Amino acid sequence: MLAGKELVPSGIIPSKKGRARTARLEDPLDTFPRLLLQHAKARPAAPATREKDLGIWQTWSWAQVAAEVRALACGLAAQGFHRGMHLAIIGDNRPRLYWSMAAAQALGGIAVPMYQDAPAAEFVYVLNDAEIAYAIVEDQEQVDKVLEATPQVPSLKHVYFDDPRGLRDYEGVASLERLLEIGREYDRVHPGFFEAEVAKGSADDVSIMLYTSGTTGKPKGVCQTHHAFIVSARGGCGFDKLGPEESILSYLPMAWVGDHLFSYAQWLVAGFTINCPESADTVMTDMREIGPTYFFAPPRIFENLLTQVMIRMEDASALKRWLFRRFTALARRVGPEILDRKPAPLADRLAYAVGNFLVFAPLRNVLGMSRIRVAYTAGAAIGPDLFRFYRSIGVNLKQLYGSTETCAYVCLQPDGAVKFDTVGQAAPGVEIRIADSGEVLVRGPMLLKEYYKRADATAESIDREGFFHTGDAGVFVDGGQLKIIDRAKDVGKLASGAMFAPNYIENKLKFFAHIKEAVAFGNGRDGVCAFINIDMGSVGNWAERRGIPYSGYTDLAAKPEVYQLIKECVEQVNAELALEGSLSDSQIRRFLILHKELDPDDDELTRTRKVRRGFIAEKYAVLIDALYSSKTSQYIETQVKFEDGRTGMVAANLAIAETKTLPAAAARRAA
Amino acid sequence: MVSQRKIGEVVLKVDGISLSFGGVKAISGVSFDVREHEIRAIIGPNGAGKSSMLNVINGVYHPQEGTVTFRGKVRRDMNTYDAAAHGIARTFQNIALFRGMSVLDNIMTGRNLKMKATFLEQAIWIGRARREEYESRRKVEEVIDFLEIQHIRRTPVGRLPYGLQKRVELARALVAEPSMLLLDEPMAGMNVEEKRDMCRFVLDVNEEYGTTIVLIEHDMGVVMDISDRVVVLDYGKKIGDGPPEEIRSNQAVIDAYLGVAH
Repeated sequence: MLAGKELVPSGIIPSKKGRARTARLEDPLDTFPRLLLQHAKARPAAPATREKDLGIWQTWSWAQVAAEVRALACGLAAQGFHRGMHLAIIGDNRPRLYWSMAAAQALGGIAVPMYQDAPAAEFVYVLNDAEIAYAIVEDQEQVDKVLEATPQVPSLKHVYFDDPRGLRDYEGVASLERLLEIGREYDRVHPGFFEAEVAKGSADDVSIMLYTSGTTGKPKGVCQTHHAFIVSARGGCGFDKLGPEESILSYLPMAWVGDHLFSYAQWLVAGFTINCPESADTVMTDMREIGPTYFFAPPRIFENLLTQVMIRMEDASALKRWLFRRFTALARRVGPEILDRKPAPLADRLAYAVGNFLVFAPLRNVLGMSRIRVAYTAGAAIGPDLFRFYRSIGVNLKQLYGSTETCAYVCLQPDGAVKFDTVGQAAPGVEIRIADSGEVLVRGPMLLKEYYKRADATAESIDREGFFHTGDAGVFVDGGQLKIIDRAKDVGKLASGAMFAPNYIENKLKFFAHIKEAVAFGNGRDGVCAFINIDMGSVGNWAERRGIPYSGYTDLAAKPEVYQLIKECVEQVNAELALEGSLSDSQIRRFLILHKELDPDDDELTRTRKVRRGFIAEKYAVLIDALYSSKTSQYIETQVKFEDGRTGMVAANLAIAETKTLPAAAARRAA
Repeated sequence: MVSQRKIGEVVLKVDGISLSFGGVKAISGVSFDVREHEIRAIIGPNGAGKSSMLNVINGVYHPQEGTVTFRGKVRRDMNTYDAAAHGIARTFQNIALFRGMSVLDNIMTGRNLKMKATFLEQAIWIGRARREEYESRRKVEEVIDFLEIQHIRRTPVGRLPYGLQKRVELARALVAEPSMLLLDEPMAGMNVEEKRDMCRFVLDVNEEYGTTIVLIEHDMGVVMDISDRVVVLDYGKKIGDGPPEEIRSNQAVIDAYLGVAH
């Protein structure tokens, strides 16, 4: 059923004539600063931003936010920041960092949010590439990293910090408080300056530069205009009927396109409230307190939540366990249909109502999902069981598809037509075409203006007709829903000529709670082998319950019992693959469990946790050779970077496990 | 980072302290002083009398000889209430928290001395009692923020890993707004990362609040990194006193730690 070329329909899916596309003529609300000022005028007292500080949720109204942005912008202007300049923003989701973006944009500047967990060495590249002279950062940790990078970044002159703790004696940096003071003073001396600057802005100005995670090569700065993000945000808000009464939790990295769309663009377009958690560790507690109505998370967060629920259920009383089992089984059967308002037998509906009262509603409450109207996941494939679980307990979880280059706005799943293996239909205003090679091409107002200073890359990814080449291989199924199979460049062939789609296999593996990461190999080889990373939480818990002692990841990963556990998962995947025609050759023959977790700090994953295939293949070449030999174990030493920047060695003798594979035909007969 | 904090006058001076339990001489004739805003480490092998010394300073033990001079007042022996009331707070070698209580409640107990409301006022929750509770909670939240333990605010202490319990204990000491903090092995039993965090917190407390810190610690790396001056005890006697670099090259100290051929 998967993308053989002959199965791929070619052609343009007609897009709905979105209001968003035509709305731009004469529209005065065509830049983010103007949207902000409009909210401040129309609904000055409505809550715009909340942050939990010292244990209490603090609220800023739209009028207050506008005043702060005004002072920040004036402060930056007084310090020499002007039209066309880039402002680096580094830190966790703090209100003033979001406001700094608006302040830069009010002056015709471009915000450049950066991944806050990257080490100083990675800052250097982006700071230089974007020619950063001004940076607004969160706290001492970020200031330290920026100062460490400064000697190699000659352009960087001004650094401001949000949280002054521990920074009293630093030289060459200043607090945001100070910048705000300067700004208020400047505003008094130059009345009308701010309004004039906002008036100068144009919808076609670049508003933001987001760096791609870079699974290959150096990150590229994606330049997006006000227009692109505003159109995408309007499209999304209209699609899901999002209004000013929504409340969302802003907790994902500000440098990620998803957060920029949800916590910034849609925030300013719809005028809802964003809530910044107290710290990265308190997100789940904060979520319970806020009860967002609109929620976005990558699959791994939904997975972690479910794993925690399952672990806690195992410790619950027998009655509770029974109720949970009984009603979740019912929910799996009829929950999604009831959520989609499809017909279901009356008896099931009544039983579901009881289940809702006893189990689902309390569970949603614990998860902080009581008020959710719309929840989205994207960024990676989500397991069918996981996806169905949330929908079955009444959380309207949907998928979307997009990338940094498309403002995270290409496909959305409409209510009532939600599937786990598609990413939905073309969003309003977006045209999608599948190339002969199977690659997904998209066109619309949400496309990037260019890659910064990379005309070559821009020309390469946008063709003459204006279609952006996403690099994803996909097919249309079920009347216009797009299904993504793999990264186009990752799709290869086995020596036998059969298609090899590594992501597809890895995702199947990762759907098991025990498997955190997987890397499949097979391009040009005569069979598929895989590296596995076990999930420390899930497998650790499993081991404890069986009284298997272990001292850490490396030790646990090497246990024969764990190998057996993972082997069962792999063989289940093989059984599924055997049923999938052209993919039955992709069954996994041998695998090994890596002795360390793949980590962005070791360059094995991107900051958004995507596997960097080429790098891993090179680094662990000796292991791959062993997988394709007849060896039963292989010794390896690996350098690892600790969080504090020191490095150390991890050595292990890795066992290699053989797995059963099924002949395609036999499997079909058995099924 | 170059610290701008100013080390001031001597605030605490112990003079000729001798302490024995029955026939065991824990401390004999030890004198040293602590200056305002400094970080003063007490080191020494096991049984050298370090914890006993802290107990003398905050009045748990009463020495048979010697005097303790705190903020100009010479005493034969401190008493614990006075010590706390005059701004000395401490943490313990073996954590002394209420295991069944939440982190928040544990830290609130550190505000005990700051609450003046009577039992009756507290029982009916009026006027002063309410004001004090609000004020205390604000202070507690500041410290929770300072030590980055927001995520465990409601967790019972007994469920926390050791490193975090140590941090909670430090929080409880800090909410008393002490001018002097006695830390008894704040980093014992911690892994490298936890130690690093704790060092950072100790330095931050010293910088931000200007708190004078007396700490006992075994990890020489830590001691040499963060303290301004070090006292070395061995078998109840002082064998060294000075800045870290001087202690590092002190032969008596090296002998005490590495042993000498007899």
